[in-house]
Order: sequence, then structure tokens, then C-alpha cells
Amino acid sequence: MSVRFGVIVFPGSNCDHDAYHVAKHVFGQEARFIWHKEAELGDVDFVIVPGGFSYGDYLRSGAIARFSPIMKDVVRFANSGGLVMGICNGFQILCESGLLPGALMRNESLRFVCKNVHLKTESLDSPFTQGLTSGEVLRVPVAHGEGNYFASDDILDQLEDQGRVAFRYCNENGQVTKESNPNGASRNIAGILNEGRNVLGMMPHPERCAEAILGRPDGARIFTSIVDALSVGA
Amino acid sequence: MFKARITVTLRPSILDPQGKASHHALTELGFTSISSVRIGKFIEMDIAAGSVDAARAQAEEACTKLLANQVMEDFHIDIDEIVST
Amino acid sequence: MSNVTLNEPEITPELAREHGLTDEEYGWVLEKLGRVPTYVELGIYSVMWSEHCSYKNSIAELKKLPRDGEALLVGAGEENAGLVDIGDGMAVAFKIESHNHPSAVEPYQGAATGVGGIQRDIFTMGARPIASLNSLRFGSLDNPRVRYLFDGVVRGIGDYGNSFGVPTVGGEVYFDPSYEGNPLVNAMSVGIVEVGKTASAIAIGVGNPVYIVGSATGRDGIHGATFASEEISEASEAKRPSVQVGDPFTEKLLLEASLEVINSGAVVGIQDMGAAGLTCSSCEMSEKGESGMIIHVDRVPIREEGMTPYEIMLSESQERMLIVCEKGKEDILEAIFEKWDLHAVEIGEVTDDGRVKVLWHGDLVADVPAEHLALGGGAPVYIRETKRPTYLDQTGAFDESLVPDLAVTDVRSVFETLLASPNIASKRWVFEQYDTMVRTNTVVGPGPSDAAVIRLKDSNKGLAVKTDCNGRYVYLNPRKGGQIAVSEAARNVVCAGGKPVAITNCLNFGNPYKPEVYWVFKEAVGGMGDACRSLNTPVTGGNVSFYNENPESAVFPTPTIGMLGVVDDVENHTTTFPFKNSGDIIVELRPAGFPGGGIEASEYLSTVLGRTEGDAPRFDMSEELAVQEACLRLITNGVVQSAHDVSDGGLLIALAEMSLASDNLGAQIDLAPVASGRMDGLLFSEAQSRIVLSISPERLSRAQELVASMPVEMVRIGVVADGQFTVKVAGTTVLDIAPEAMNDIYENALPNRMSNKLK
Repeated sequence: MSVRFGVIVFPGSNCDHDAYHVAKHVFGQEARFIWHKEAELGDVDFVIVPGGFSYGDYLRSGAIARFSPIMKDVVRFANSGGLVMGICNGFQILCESGLLPGALMRNESLRFVCKNVHLKTESLDSPFTQGLTSGEVLRVPVAHGEGNYFASDDILDQLEDQGRVAFRYCNENGQVTKESNPNGASRNIAGILNEGRNVLGMMPHPERCAEAILGRPDGARIFTSIVDALSVGA
Repeated sequence: MFKARITVTLRPSILDPQGKASHHALTELGFTSISSVRIGKFIEMDIAAGSVDAARAQAEEACTKLLANQVMEDFHIDIDEIVST
Repeated sequence: MSNVTLNEPEITPELAREHGLTDEEYGWVLEKLGRVPTYVELGIYSVMWSEHCSYKNSIAELKKLPRDGEALLVGAGEENAGLVDIGDGMAVAFKIESHNHPSAVEPYQGAATGVGGIQRDIFTMGARPIASLNSLRFGSLDNPRVRYLFDGVVRGIGDYGNSFGVPTVGGEVYFDPSYEGNPLVNAMSVGIVEVGKTASAIAIGVGNPVYIVGSATGRDGIHGATFASEEISEASEAKRPSVQVGDPFTEKLLLEASLEVINSGAVVGIQDMGAAGLTCSSCEMSEKGESGMIIHVDRVPIREEGMTPYEIMLSESQERMLIVCEKGKEDILEAIFEKWDLHAVEIGEVTDDGRVKVLWHGDLVADVPAEHLALGGGAPVYIRETKRPTYLDQTGAFDESLVPDLAVTDVRSVFETLLASPNIASKRWVFEQYDTMVRTNTVVGPGPSDAAVIRLKDSNKGLAVKTDCNGRYVYLNPRKGGQIAVSEAARNVVCAGGKPVAITNCLNFGNPYKPEVYWVFKEAVGGMGDACRSLNTPVTGGNVSFYNENPESAVFPTPTIGMLGVVDDVENHTTTFPFKNSGDIIVELRPAGFPGGGIEASEYLSTVLGRTEGDAPRFDMSEELAVQEACLRLITNGVVQSAHDVSDGGLLIALAEMSLASDNLGAQIDLAPVASGRMDGLLFSEAQSRIVLSISPERLSRAQELVASMPVEMVRIGVVADGQFTVKVAGTTVLDIAPEAMNDIYENALPNRMSNKLK
């Protein structure tokens, strides 16, 4: 049975079609768009909160999106164990809505940055990463102006102690260095999990590198992991 | 009617690259007596409320709910009554 | 005309002059109307007869360009953008447009609204924008004001495009003191639409309701000339920002709502509001439909209190459209805009009397025949005086033999100087601020290719797109420079694996009332026409920007070409320029019997020797065609590993770029001396119609066979190698440098210049 992906669409989402395309056409799963004004997710196994500029993000990325009708149901879904992945703006929205700790500040460079970065896989203990190998280095693009992950030291320690850092920025050899950090994120954090490990937020865009024609398809590794995890569970 | 003037700034413990860059630029321009710069947002709003306290309460709620993210930002509110002329 | 209680100035010839109308033009207004115009009418005539809307000083020349082709679905200038049939039931809408003057005043908003405006031109046709490009020119980066402009423009393009969600896939940036104070900001958008599902900018069907949709109308960008009106106080002037502010989020909503409403079948006609806003859209749609329109201007949603009909008709507020709805389908239209939280307000209806009538609370404030105002109708057309500029005698007197040749010992330092020249150095600092990949169609983005390549999902085809123009060449030889601009853009598309099919152009020139400027304009447009005819790439439209002047003279004449190419098999034909494998053979593909080129007009002559002189580089149209055909034949037969055209900086820079973009591969280059025996030309000549290819050794003979019957030659000049990048000339090593060392210079040049902001 195929996995039913739901892709949330805010009016300013612009990576919604990319996530949908990967789920539907690259992985051959079921996928549908879910409009932000809807109150319920309906029958889905996996929710993607995609990248973009939800409501223009003029105030602060994700600040307004979290009050949308659909986000109430996303929070409910997540709290009942449903799988939710926030990519880029989606990560910002998940932080704003309290599903994930911390916040995403303006890039240290004060500039938007779009380029390929390398990610070191830190935690395999989640449906999103169970199919990867420990320390596996993925090359995935980032594209954001506010991706500088911030949380208090206590929270950062907690994330690390509980193995909830999913990915860190690293160089191509897997070394976590200052130079490989594209936005100034605390402790090079690129993606984190919630306590239940059913919610992942990450700044890089795996949906942009899931097909060979677009370059090294490392993003497909994450989607494969997700689809396998859900198919086994079903 | 009251006017609320709100400033939202990054918490003091948090690096403010915009402030830092501006401070650096000001130093380059010869403003050597300026020792630090913090940059934030300024928000002005008109609030219909019965009292200063009620207006402040509304402004505070607006800040905590939407205008500031207290994970990284602080806010400060000034309230003035608008006297119609 | 009824009496309206508006505090409007008396209409005098002087007021008309302040509106930018000449006395002669004002005379025509009186004659055509048969009376003195109202204030609103004066505003309408002045703006519709402005250079920007009427093309009055350029249209006669533009009509000489080839504007037909079997693949063109609409003729040049007929709609908001060109439309080209690319087969498989798909069409591409594309256009380039300038936003030079707004960007000179406020670089961030100027560039941002330029990007926004060109996107609307595409989606108003029913096409979804899939790629943006931009072509930028600035003065010297040594000037802090230039750095400010450059930084602001890049941020503006980035912030608008990134938020709007269309990838910025390519472009070019050049720096030359001639652009001091007058940067060029040309933005291009490319969209895709199913054939037969396009929308038209037309008003037809008497009684059909007319809607204004999108943002509310403010006082943005109201015609600058009116500021001088004596009726306008200082206080009201302060309310009239001439800078428009962009709102990419609203544009995104407008895009989705517009495409949805076009698909719904409720739309009869749709036109975006750019220059001259409501005035231009209502007049042009009426004229095109040979209909007419009543506009109740008081119903337009406004952003500021107290706006007058004059202001509302002339406002250039962004993110708005005018739609003629099919009567009876109003509910469909309104529901779609409601869904996207946008205004959709019925402000009038289509008539059949050929007139645009503007009412203010029921009173007629303007009543003008649409035909008077539209391009190709009653708007003035001028044939301007021309005179060959005398500077050409001086620049043309350049004699290479009087320039000492480059010594072997100086090759390294000259090479490094050129690598660090902002015109050649890596533009990573620029393009990493743009989202180059959103929508996951970018097969090749900025950096490793002569043209960007976009895939079309559900098709084997792709698009190869490129903007190009070397203004220095056009300055030194306007006709040849115009030919080269088109040819080089086509060559770039060919190097990426595409077949050039059509162009859009943005003609940036000085003041057309200067005969020398107009001569250059006419020659350059003539040159473009020559090349477009030879290459069979018709002109689908574009825009003209005159009055680009620095304090001393006109900017370099810069007819920017936006070239569209089709890649038939995007998976297999797409080609980039980085070296791929150690051991691959490097060849130069060039016209048969190529005698070597000189250094005239080159980046070397300009940057290293400080001289902008000579003729434009060696160029022959038939040679160019042969080289392009040969290159495309080699690529489509699968024998090419990488392809890069020889352009700015000449052969040595092209080779270096192929190494720099690779995975740390060097090369061993071995060049035979050219006939003239000169080192400078051999390494740095910008003689045209040359392409460097790398080919795997086992395919070399197949490659030679493929082009054997063509008037080209493929000369082996080296081999891709691990390690050093070395160049020998007739056995003597003239350069030996590590790829890492080249990379340091190439990648850091621009960031270093920009981090120096305040010094």
C-alpha cells in the first residue's frame, strides 16, 4: 500500500509542488495538497510543511502561518504521533507553532543563501533517517534568508543528549566545521527531531535533489527512508 | 484611543549581525564613540481601549502571541493616549 | 464635459510642457480631441505618448527587425510578451524589460519591481513563469556608490524572486565606468503554457464587466513631470513617492489567482498594470478589441485617502491587473480572488464606441478615443536625425602593431589580473543570493554553463536560456556589435545543447534626440536584425530604454539579448563547461582557416592596458553559423564532454573557467603560435565564433568525422589533467598554476571588492 502524503499549501508556499512531485512522481506514492484554510488534514500518513514564504513572512518567518486553520490540525496530528516534516519555511513554522524547540534567525551573513551544502547524519533513530547510515554525508541544497538555528544552551544540550539532532552542516568529508555552516546555526544544526521523533524540521531541501537529472540525488535517501518506514509499519 | 509604540529587539545574549555590521560601518565612518548598536523592529498601533492599562494588556498580548518570538526577542511597549484635536 | 468639484489646475500649453508633451504634440492633442483636454485627459495623453508607452522614437527602427517565424504564436508587440510554439503542445512566453532609472534612484525597490513587472507580463498571458534571468551593468566597483547600487539591486532581485518562487537561473553582470550613475537592470522572465490556453490583453463584448484585481492603488510612481504643477503644494508632493514598492507575496497570490481565473474560462481579456497603470491597460485593451470602456474610477480600491481621478488613472502601484470578465461569470471570478484574499472590484464595462470614458462619482472626467493613444494608432512616430559619432574615428584608428606584445614573463600576472577582473571573476557572490532551484526544474543553473537549462516536467524537452550583450563591442562598432550580441547569445545556447529559436531584447541607449546616439541605435538594431535573420531567431518583443546617460555621455549602447533555445533531449543533450575527466582531449572548434585574432575591443586591452579601442572583434556571420551548427551536431551526437564559448578574456580565460568549474581538474595546454606571432592575441583575443570542447579520446575520431564536411576546423590544443593548469606556446611554458591558486583569485575577487564597502 502506498504512503499517503499531504502537502500543506499556504498562499506563499513555493516548494509545495516540489514536495508533491517527489512524493507522487518520483516515489509513486499518493499525494495531495491541503489548503491552509482547511480545518482538517483528512486521511494522510505523512504531512509535509513545505518551503516558501507562507504569508509573505514580512514580520518573521512562519509567525503568521502558525495561526492558520490547518496548523491546528497539524499540531493535533503530530501530538497523536503522526509524522510531520517541515522543510525550510516549514521548519520555521514548526518552531513557531511549538512542535519543535528553538527559532530560526536571520542568516549571520544577513544575506539569502542558495547553494549545495553537506549534511552529516547524526541520528538514525527516526522514521526520516532510519534508512541512512550513521555519519552518512548527504549533499543537499539550502535556500533561505532565515535559517540560523537558535536555542538556549540548555535546549541544545538536551537535543544532543537525547540524540535529536538529525543533521548537522559539515564539509564534504563529514567534518563539522565553521566554514561549512551556511547561516551561523548554533552547533551547526541543520535539522532536529521532537521528543517523540515523529516531527522533523530541517532547513535544507531534500526534495530539490531527489532525481539524478538535478544532480546528486542524495535527498532521495531521506524519502526512501520515510517510505520504507511507513510501508513496514503498515 | 491609545497609541502603542513597540520595539522588538533580539535578546541581549543573542548575536545581532545587523547591529554588528552597522556598528562596524559606523566605526569605519569615524563614529568611534559609539560602543554598541542593536537593531530591531518598531511597530506602531492604535488601540481602542478604556484605559492605559487595558491598552497595554492588549499590546502585550499582541507581542507575545505574534509580534515577538520570545525564544529570541524581547519587546518594549510605550503607550500614549491619543488626544483628538 | 461636466463640471467636477476637483481642485485641478487650468490646462495651458505650459502645463502640457510640464507633462513632457512638446508644443507640437500638445497641438495634436487639441486637434484630435477638438477641444482643450481635461486635467485627467492631459495626464492620459502625456503618459501614453511618453517614450516608455509609445515607442515613438524607436518603433520605426524596431519594425525593421525580423518579427515572423512559423513558431511564433503572437507577433512582436501584439501581446504582453512573445509566445513561441516549442512542440508537444507547449508554448513559451518570454520577455525582457528594463528598470534602469528606478534602480538608479532606489536600487533595492527599483530592481525588485522590475522583476515583479516582467513576471506579470508573462502570467497575464496565462503562462506560469518558470525561470528568471537578469542582465546588469554598473560603473566601477571602486566607487562606493556603485557598490551600494550593485548590492541593492542584487538584494532586490533576490528578495522579490525568492519570495515569488521562480528560480533565477542565469544572467550576467558587467562593470564599466560608462555605466556610472546609470546602472542597467534588465529582467527577463520565461513562462510555459499549453498551446491554446493563453489569455489575451483585449477588451471585447459590449457590456462585459471590467475588474481591477490585486493590490489597492496608491500614489506610487505617478508621472514625475506633474510634480512641477503649481497646484501641487509641498505637502502633497511629500505624499507622492515616485518609487514603487514591490510586494512579492501579493504578486504570488496574483499569479495563482490569475492563472486560476484564466483557466476557469471567466476571462475575456487580461492585462497587467505596469507603466501608466490603469490608463495604459484600459486604452490598450480597448484599442486591441476595437471596443471601448467605461471606467468608474471612484470604485477603484485605494490605499490612501483623498486620491483624485488623475492620480488613480496614472498610479503605477504594483501587483494589479485589469480583467474583462465574461458577463454572467462574475461570481466565478470573484470567488477565485476571494480565495486568494485579493481585491476584485468591478469598475466598469466594455463599450463599442472606441472611447475610454472615465467617470468620477458619475461625472465624466475624461473621454478619449483609445485609438489616439495606443502604439501603432494615433501616438506620434518620429524618424530621428542621425549622425555618425566622431569618437568612432578615434577608437577605430587603433593599430595593434603599435602595442608592444605581451612578454612571456608577464603572462602569469596578466592572467591573474584578468581572473580577478569583476567582469570575468566568479559571480557566485551574486547568484548564491538568488534561489536558483525552486520548482525543481533547474538542470543547469548559474555558474557551470554558457546558458541555463530548464527541464519541462512531462516532456523530454528542455529550454536553454541566456541573456547576453557586450556593450563595449557595440560601442566600438554598433552594427557588428549588434550582430555579435545576438550571435553570442545563440552560441551560448548551442554550447548548452539547445537550438536557438527566438529572442527578446532590451535596448538600452542614450538620449535619442542626440543624432549620434540615434545613429548608434539604428546601426545596432540593424546588426541585430542581420543576425536574427541569419540565425532564424525572430524577435518576439522586448523593450526600449532611452536616456541612459552618465554625466559625460551615453552609457555603452547595450542591446541586451534574451535568447530562447530548445533542448530536444534534456537528459542527453544538456552540456556544461567544466572539464569532466582527466585524459579528455581539449579542442578548439573554429572557422576553417582561422588566422588568429587580435586584441581589439578585448577585456585584456580594456582591463590590463586601460584602452577601449579598436573595431569590434573579428566576426563573420557565415562562419558563426557553421561553428554553431557543428557544435550542435557534435553535442546531439553525444561526443562532447564539455563546451564553452570563447568570449570575455579570450581563449586562456575560457580554458581556465573550464578548469575552475571542474572537480579540481587542471589541463596541459599546448598552443601553436598564430600567424601574427603575437602572444596577446593568441591568449586573449576575443575573435568570435570559437568554442572550446573537451572530448573523450575514444570519441575524437568520431567527432572529427561529424564535422569533416563543414567549413570548420577542430584543433587539438591540450588535454585535461589532474594537478596543474599549464600552458605551453610553441614548446615554451608560459603559465603553470595550481587550480587551487586560480580558484582563490577567481572566487574571492568579487566578495573582496564588496566587503570593502566603506573604504
